[in-house]
Amino acid sequence: MRRAPWIPIVIISTMLAMALFAPLLAPYSPIDQTLRDKLLPPFWMEGGSTKYLLGTDGFGRDILSRLIYGARVSLLVAVLALTAGGGIGLTIGILAGYLGGMIDNVLMRLVDAAFTFPAILFALLLAVTMGQGMATLVIAISLLLWASFARVIRGEVLALKQRDFVALAKVRGCSSLRIMATHILPNVLNTFMVLVTLNIGVVIVAEASLSFLGAGIPPPTPTWGLMISEGRGRIASAWWVALIPGIAITLLVLSVNLFGDWLRDRLDPRLRQL
Amino acid sequence: MQRYIVHRLLQGLVLLFMVATIVFFLGRLTGNPVDLMLPEEATAEDRQAMIQALGLDGSVYEQFVIFITNAFRGDLGMSIRMRQPAVDAFFDRLPNTLAIIPWALLMAMAIGIPLGVVAALNRGNFIDRLAGGIGVLGIAMPSFWLGIILIFVFSVELGWLPSGRMGGPEHYVLPVITLGAFLVAGFMRLIRSSMLEVMESEFVKLARIKGLSEWVVIWKHCLRNALIPVLTLWGVFVGNLITGAIVTETVFAWPGVGRLTYEAVIYRDFPLLQAVIILKAILILSINLLVDILYAYVDPRIRLS
Repeated sequence: MRRAPWIPIVIISTMLAMALFAPLLAPYSPIDQTLRDKLLPPFWMEGGSTKYLLGTDGFGRDILSRLIYGARVSLLVAVLALTAGGGIGLTIGILAGYLGGMIDNVLMRLVDAAFTFPAILFALLLAVTMGQGMATLVIAISLLLWASFARVIRGEVLALKQRDFVALAKVRGCSSLRIMATHILPNVLNTFMVLVTLNIGVVIVAEASLSFLGAGIPPPTPTWGLMISEGRGRIASAWWVALIPGIAITLLVLSVNLFGDWLRDRLDPRLRQL
Repeated sequence: MQRYIVHRLLQGLVLLFMVATIVFFLGRLTGNPVDLMLPEEATAEDRQAMIQALGLDGSVYEQFVIFITNAFRGDLGMSIRMRQPAVDAFFDRLPNTLAIIPWALLMAMAIGIPLGVVAALNRGNFIDRLAGGIGVLGIAMPSFWLGIILIFVFSVELGWLPSGRMGGPEHYVLPVITLGAFLVAGFMRLIRSSMLEVMESEFVKLARIKGLSEWVVIWKHCLRNALIPVLTLWGVFVGNLITGAIVTETVFAWPGVGRLTYEAVIYRDFPLLQAVIILKAILILSINLLVDILYAYVDPRIRLS
């Protein structure tokens, strides 16, 4: 058995704490501008001070505070989108796998279609038609997730369907709905949890990318993707504005993926090829 | 074979119809699509003219028919900002995107495939974990951020390469790396797992028993077969490339269709965005169809199943 990945767990916990206790941890408001203090470098560089540990951006906002509040957005979007998209995928996967036949055929065609056509295009379209915001973002990212959940869960259900306890339940006269809810569902929850962890990273990168493309949560709410986008034009004079939030994203996604790999090996080694 | 092609063609058309339907209804979701399609300074007459042209005084069903008929004629509306047909704007920019995509694919294959093979050969040891680490990092690092880092290092600090816009060969280097890196990790993981499977199979054992050199067994017998699942996932890669191009072209101010998509979003140019999405769908579906047909031609198992 592999050792628990302690470094990723510490990083994930830190980010979680940042998100939960943002108002307590952040030294400044993430939105208030202090134009007098704009584009100050981090404390270890010349001209930097411990007043703003990670420096300030073009509006004189404290980058550390924005980073801390940004964790909130990233993780909130991740939780909501994984619940919505993962839930839909789980339901479709169970229905398609258990009921089979025509329903399976139609649903799996939809899954294939979703794999062929990049969901990010619909996400951009949603942002333009519905307007930017949390709801749009969550719907958009759910679109990105459901198909892969549905496909893997369906595969699991197809195998479960052949098992004796399902046949027994049928003989005892359980309805299909009841079998799916009480016999199939509990048995795919492990797989579901593994899929959720492995997809947290996907969601965080997607959220950041959409923010970067101007289709995420609108400013001035601090999100990591938006921070990178705002700092992009100043890369020559003030690199820290764009590079620091990127480090946060990369570290978090890396940690979540390593943790997910470990969890998968613990809970369900058969999923290795995911 | 003919039946297979017709079947796949019909499938593609259904999918395209679905995309167009979704685009149409999303445009009407927020009320009057005229507000999305006209510039802010439009007059009441402009509005009336557009309402007539799109049949907006009719039922949703009538509007949908007009939308689809126009689309078939190649009319997907006028771009608000560029004041030209959205379809023309797309095809003006397409060659610029096609100029970087092959290089990015080439780079992704040139790095991803050998890395995947080497990782599979060294399963479980240090080299495998190193390759795995590169793979995970490739997924964890958002590609727009990678692009910005590349600009920072190679354009700002070292001054070796230009930071954006189109131009001579030196302008291609950073965008191609950024777009290619987007795919390397996926290629590597796929080749690795597929190689591991193939290396267990009977014909590989036979090849070894025949006394073929290890080099030939691995790089010829195994790799060839390991590439099959990669080919079947071709569609996903085309989709990834199109997504990756949006971000990459935005970072490097590359005047392709990816950047055009971004501009449509930023300037809230709904007709342009709707056209871009439908045209990209056509592009993706045609490439998929083409590859599937070629594939079925090469491998009879596909067309018979």
